[in-house]
Amino acid sequence: MIHLEKRPQPSRFWAGFTPILAVIATMIAGGIMFWMLGKDPLEAIRTIFWDPLFHETFGPYSRPQLLVKAAPLILIAIGLSLGFRAGIWNIGAEGQYIMGAICGAGVGLAFYPSDSILIFPAMVLAGAIGGWAWAMIPGLLKVKFGTNEILVSLMLVYVAENLLASVSQGLLQNPEGMGFPGSRNFRDFPAAYNTEIIGGTGMHWGVAAAFIAVIFAYVLLTRHMLGFQVRLTGQAPRAARFAGVNPTRLILFCLGTSGALAGLAGLFEVSGPAGQVTIDFNSGYGFTAIIVAFLGRLHPIGILLAGLLMALTYIGGELAQLMLGLPGAAIQMFQGMLMFFLLAMDVLSHYRIRFNKNATA
Amino acid sequence: MTGDSRQADALLTLEGMTKAYPGVVANDQVSFSILPGEVHALLGENGAGKSTLVKMIYGLVKPDAGQMTLRGESFTPVNPAAARGSGVTMVFQHFSLFDALSVAENISLGMDNPPDRRALSTRIRDVSQAYGLPLDPDRIVGELSAGESQRVEIIRCLLQDPKLLIMDEPTSVLTPQEVDILFETLRKLTAEGTAILYISHKLEEIRSLCEHATVLRLGKVVDTCDPREKSARELAEMMVGDTLHVPFREAATPGPVALSMSGVSMKSPNEFGTNLRNVTLEVRKGEILGVGGVAGNGQDELLAVLSGESRAQSGTIALAGEDIGSLHPNARRARGLLTAPEERLGHSAAPEMSLTENALLTGAVRENLVERGFLRWRRTERFARKVIEEFDVRTPGPDNTAGSLSGGNLQKFVIGREVLQRPEVLVVNQPTWGVDASAAADIRQSLLDLAHHGAAVVVISQDLDELMEIADRFTALNEGRLAEPVPTQGLDVETIGLMMGGVEKETAA
Repeated sequence: MIHLEKRPQPSRFWAGFTPILAVIATMIAGGIMFWMLGKDPLEAIRTIFWDPLFHETFGPYSRPQLLVKAAPLILIAIGLSLGFRAGIWNIGAEGQYIMGAICGAGVGLAFYPSDSILIFPAMVLAGAIGGWAWAMIPGLLKVKFGTNEILVSLMLVYVAENLLASVSQGLLQNPEGMGFPGSRNFRDFPAAYNTEIIGGTGMHWGVAAAFIAVIFAYVLLTRHMLGFQVRLTGQAPRAARFAGVNPTRLILFCLGTSGALAGLAGLFEVSGPAGQVTIDFNSGYGFTAIIVAFLGRLHPIGILLAGLLMALTYIGGELAQLMLGLPGAAIQMFQGMLMFFLLAMDVLSHYRIRFNKNATA
Repeated sequence: MTGDSRQADALLTLEGMTKAYPGVVANDQVSFSILPGEVHALLGENGAGKSTLVKMIYGLVKPDAGQMTLRGESFTPVNPAAARGSGVTMVFQHFSLFDALSVAENISLGMDNPPDRRALSTRIRDVSQAYGLPLDPDRIVGELSAGESQRVEIIRCLLQDPKLLIMDEPTSVLTPQEVDILFETLRKLTAEGTAILYISHKLEEIRSLCEHATVLRLGKVVDTCDPREKSARELAEMMVGDTLHVPFREAATPGPVALSMSGVSMKSPNEFGTNLRNVTLEVRKGEILGVGGVAGNGQDELLAVLSGESRAQSGTIALAGEDIGSLHPNARRARGLLTAPEERLGHSAAPEMSLTENALLTGAVRENLVERGFLRWRRTERFARKVIEEFDVRTPGPDNTAGSLSGGNLQKFVIGREVLQRPEVLVVNQPTWGVDASAAADIRQSLLDLAHHGAAVVVISQDLDELMEIADRFTALNEGRLAEPVPTQGLDVETIGLMMGGVEKETAA
């Protein structure tokens, strides 16, 4: 008989070790699946986890992609994790991401074709404000009228998507684009382009912002009163009130910060890797970041690693489709397994496994 | 009566009951017998293993070893339903009732084979009259007093025709009058041959009610006795295992008014809470004011309006003459008004956080633990260590979570955290609730010392013995109103009962 026995305190060792165990378990289970699909499991797993980083031909192309894909995920997930820790559920990062992109791009395009060095900083600011303002809508409605921030923020994603469609065919449409929907391309507008800081690495300004956000969140949560209040509110709301936490201010801070970071992610994406505002510019980063936040256990360093891992499975997955002809569904299944094992292995940090010969003593 | 003859006539016999949890043996070879028609007390400090033992009898916990015999047959309940089927029922310390449903609906939900609603209502009326427990089956539970809610639980048990009734701390929520009614009922039950296993911290009660007592310490049976032949002090010493430290009290001359409330009315933030009505009080430096009253009469609300979790109208609460009615909790702490709410887990402490973090929870302002928004962890940890050492909190260290401490130890930590911040005024709610005798004595002594050094102390408690022991003046909350405070000396139980307002309620029900 196998028994699960609750630990008095969650094990630190297992909390750190379970992600590694989960990746190994995913490789085994995924390998079996690829084998059943008639592919060489070892080659498939090497293609997903190894080739994007170290393959002679693909490596140089896909290595920078890793940072490009991971940065928005990390940036958004860091913001979300603050709210999630306090029990404030912003599900609408996708909408805030879109609004950050629209506002930031709008400011940049308004000054076309100026070459002032102030343009890009102004866009960054506008992007953050756009995301912040969009997140303030559920925030203010919650503190004034007690509405549910989950529903409001989610609904506002669809509003933002419609706004995106509207501006890319109207307000921000490229006047020289021969009627095609979409804005001017920022690649042709150097003062507003989110360029690579170090060429060929994928390290654009958004990546730098993501790393800064990780450090900022880490310091906030471990060394600052505000971070303590965030954690306290999530773990024991009554104790937080007793400790003098102002719930209204905390709700607005958490939603505002996550909105601003999502807005920044949108701005860096639209002015760099995406290059222009288009109808379908958003690609679900705002939703995927929710998974990244939880995979990283709502911990800044965990989110950094989870964001990189998530980006790796995306890039590796695309590579596997291309190289081995694996169906896209199999890749999604493989990513799903990774989530599944990560969450399932969690049991090890909360419980101890006992093997007992006679269960009914 | 010798052990053998007890066993021969026994209703229930326990032999070698053992249950171990990781790191602790909750019950170690516990053996005793309960006779039919006897009130059998189970005595012991917190953590002595009383709860685990009754949970094994009630089928909630499976023993590691040992056997039970009920009326001559082997008794191994796999779950509470099986235990009830064999005639063993239990009234818990915390009620498991739905506030929004009626008495009859609640009772029918807890029964294994409920009869139809009308037959049930009739039976509830019959049983409640037969045992002197007035209760209207159609009333909504949310409107009942704590004493009446307990009757619902008891009647639910009685309807199943029990042979053994287990009661865990049944009087902790009752007025003296309600306690009398309960004891009357229990005596009727035992006269009919029902045995009662009675768990309580209140030794006077056990002396007046129980015929036999089994004393547990650290999971083992250390003694048995007839509590009617022992003094409360002797019983307490059996539980603790050494001489009991009785709080020492020096007469103090009260100083100037430290805290005053004038006509504070406040709507409870909680739907089933009690609104405060026109509460007026004055506490002087160096005195302890005891606030009695049955649970749910505005205790939580009174503490919240003083801690600053609820705001009062400005001008109604004054600390040393300064208006603080509209100040936030931390602004009040800065001025010297500290509080400790009743609920330890989740209110006065965050269970999943370490003791260091919990020290920060209220100590940030007065202990200077924050500098320009940044936390001074080393200083905070030193403060947590000081609380642990000076209040004898049993824990491996300040890195352990609050939730890993036993109730009594956490309570010592919570009270110590406030006392060591040198408050001008300290308000505590149920400071020794669920705390063992020696820890409770330590806590009371620290409150007395605090008052002796010139602080004003308000103790809200449902334990009247405690209030009589430490308070200089006594008042009581009844439906959100505060009675006129009277000196504790020379106060009799009758007057206290009237102040608590239990009497009108009994006749009305």
